[in-house]
Amino acid sequence: MIAFLLAQTIAITGGTVYPVSGPKLENATVLIRDGRIAAVGTSVAVPNGATRIDATGKVVTPGLIDGAGQMGLREIQMVQGTNEYTERGNDVAAAFNVLEGINPASVLIAVSRAEGVTMTLAVPGSLGVPPSSSLIWGQAALIDLDGATIDAMRVKSPAAMVAGFNEATKDAGGGSRAGVAARLRRVFDDALEYARRRNDFNRAQMQPLSAGAADLEALLPVLRGQLPMIVVANRRSDIETALRIGKEYKLHLILAGTAEGWTIPNEIAAAGVPVLVEPLDNIPSYDALGIRYENAALLAKGGVKVALMETATENTRDLRQQAGNAVANGMTWDQALRAVTLTPAEVFGVADRYGSLEIGKVANVVVWSGDPFEFSTGVEHVFIRGKEIPLRSRQTELFERYRTLPPRY
Amino acid sequence: MRHLSVAVTLGGIVLVAGCASGGARTTAAGGPTPVPPAAPSPTAAARDTAREGGIGPQYPSTYRRHPNPVVLIRNATIMTAAGQEIQGGSILLRDGRIVSVGTGAQVQAPADAVVVDGTGKWVTPGVIDVHSHLGVYAAPGTFAESDGNEATQPVTAEVWAEHSFWPQDPQIPLAIAGGVTTIQALPGSANLIGGRSAILKLIPARSVQEMKFPGAHYGLKMACGENPKRVYGQRSGPSTRMGNMAGYRAAFIQAEAYRRRWDKWNKDHQGDQPERNLRNETLAEVLRGNIYVQNHCYRADEMMQMLDLAHEFGFKIRAFHHAVEAYKIADALAREGTAAAVWADWWGFKEEAMDGIHENAALLQQSGARADIHSDDPGGIQRLNQEAAKAMYYGRRAGIPITRDQALRWFTANAAWVLGLDSIVGTLEPGKMADVVVWSADPLSVYAQAVQVYNDGWLVYDRTDPAHQPKTDFTLGQGQP
Repeated sequence: MIAFLLAQTIAITGGTVYPVSGPKLENATVLIRDGRIAAVGTSVAVPNGATRIDATGKVVTPGLIDGAGQMGLREIQMVQGTNEYTERGNDVAAAFNVLEGINPASVLIAVSRAEGVTMTLAVPGSLGVPPSSSLIWGQAALIDLDGATIDAMRVKSPAAMVAGFNEATKDAGGGSRAGVAARLRRVFDDALEYARRRNDFNRAQMQPLSAGAADLEALLPVLRGQLPMIVVANRRSDIETALRIGKEYKLHLILAGTAEGWTIPNEIAAAGVPVLVEPLDNIPSYDALGIRYENAALLAKGGVKVALMETATENTRDLRQQAGNAVANGMTWDQALRAVTLTPAEVFGVADRYGSLEIGKVANVVVWSGDPFEFSTGVEHVFIRGKEIPLRSRQTELFERYRTLPPRY
Repeated sequence: MRHLSVAVTLGGIVLVAGCASGGARTTAAGGPTPVPPAAPSPTAAARDTAREGGIGPQYPSTYRRHPNPVVLIRNATIMTAAGQEIQGGSILLRDGRIVSVGTGAQVQAPADAVVVDGTGKWVTPGVIDVHSHLGVYAAPGTFAESDGNEATQPVTAEVWAEHSFWPQDPQIPLAIAGGVTTIQALPGSANLIGGRSAILKLIPARSVQEMKFPGAHYGLKMACGENPKRVYGQRSGPSTRMGNMAGYRAAFIQAEAYRRRWDKWNKDHQGDQPERNLRNETLAEVLRGNIYVQNHCYRADEMMQMLDLAHEFGFKIRAFHHAVEAYKIADALAREGTAAAVWADWWGFKEEAMDGIHENAALLQQSGARADIHSDDPGGIQRLNQEAAKAMYYGRRAGIPITRDQALRWFTANAAWVLGLDSIVGTLEPGKMADVVVWSADPLSVYAQAVQVYNDGWLVYDRTDPAHQPKTDFTLGQGQP
């Protein structure tokens, strides 16, 4: 089996290829060998014995990457037993890594990848419904949407620490935003103090710290700038506080949500902080009264590195609708494609392996019947790590069963 | 992102937002478009409500058509939702009515008409959402605006959504900007019987009465399945699906006795007028066919139970809402003449939604059932065109030849039928109310945006003109940090 997979060579020929890392190529070939991209161009020789996929008239892109969701961690939102994304009772859950809670057999995975999403960031806590209320939610893992085991799916873990700084997380600060900020600083200071005085800590010769040892330990890579920290913030003042704290502690910061980010794109860009945004979100709340559809476009225009997300995990497949709407509201088409491919790969530190169609990169590739963002476009082929993925799911089986009535049981 | 459609947890009580209701003048299922009626008027509305079970006028519509000039939209692609897609078409709107639709020469405009150049643009009927909680679950979404579920007992047929509706909900202008001209605002789905819906023109207004669609009949929101069980399981019950059924039946048994008492008294006026009971008053109107049942129901087997319930008491279920498994019983729905108002792709957020498939609407259409695309969501209502497009193209890719006109009807003409308003709105035909959307591109494209929205001839939204971009009071001075 392994030998077979290694020997696999696939040539996707004749398509309009968007490498994302460079300009689009007409009538080009993408050559996949041993799970990697072996060649991309208009004059690629197809080796004998390669499996040919005719993509004439089709569009070829990197697999889409969703900036945040709970893939594998949330089978059915309303069924608590199927939810794995929260360490309850610990609101500084820095040592909580979601990875081993991921269910590779989740039916959401096949549904999502059949629509062109090949990688997602599986995050602890929740950016959607219901929002998380704790301070530090845990560590997110980046996964490919294929593999029988967690190890087989894993791309990078931990990929980021996740924390909340918004209305929903106020309780973690005693009921005020200032309290959240103070508590976050105290936790960071304690983690640094803990690192300096481990021996004192072990001999119980320190004042009580604001979190457990394992959680403080887990924050050290964040405080060394080695592990990015995603902060979910929406109100302008919250975004600014996150930027302030990020600067104070020299964090490698990523903002998520960022609903009022459009009011301060220059500030965010100057801080060199990328953002994860959901374009189809414009319902005002007291957490973000200034929320609007043009957010992604205005951030991108202001020089911010923008990656997109679809936070309804069961409909991660609607990431492309999010991207299309970002375009309708002012993003350029090229920016939007980058925002669901190469940019998230960069944001999560895996752009050396993922996010574009370049020689040597992991072959996550999608062949579309047309513009990936259009409803009229269907997915024709999906490759993850160079392996063609059957476009079957529980939903296609339901359709086949009931396409004519009475059903065939 | 899905917002409050599923559940709002407050102090440990799960308040569930949810489903649907109905309307007035209607045509036979699948029949031809009827002759346009006379213009609906507040007088007609008063007459309609006065009729109810012999009770006097109740909470009448005070809707008035906004004065507006004659408008000619010319050289656009006009999708009529009545079978035609006219290239280089023109449409003339006068006094809140569509006067004529056709190619250039067929449409004559007076000299004083406002002429809108539709070159490169598309025109459709106004969007109708048969399942909205705008105004009853208003933004900014705090407990103060949570007025959608009277979750105090499982049968609350006595409550009316219009008595919760907040016209200053900042979500309303967002929906208008998505081309929406008519909504059914419903109570949530916590209860077996949640109360009356409100059928509303989506316009800026000071009161819900000014928005009430003249002549529209009410809908009755009912809910199957998980939500009532979850909300009442640890309280008075029901805690099971069989408990749900027993609850509906007990309510309609009482209502039937009430209806007989009142119908007899209305006929012979013998003895004292029977005592009014708000709950039974509404349910009796369902039994008389004057209020349409709009039934939140996900699973196929439960929809079949609800059809049996309707047969037991002799009423019709106008539409199942959400109906993620409607495709499994599309033949039965076609036979019963019950519509299914569905999402394009929502699924999986709870167990009864696990079997949602993209082809639901297309399979319904194929079976001859009446499909509708609804939102149940303040985000989704802004792009029902996109959702219908998704459902159409998934159907086509699965080999079901859905036409563009059919997909358009899913959120216009068919929605009008669900509300009983299909002789008044839902298509672009002479005599219909001038509810019209001008789109920047093909409305079945992800890139299309509503450029202009006319409601009863009134230009309520213009993307290029800030003077025609309504804001609610709530929004003033907010959100501009």
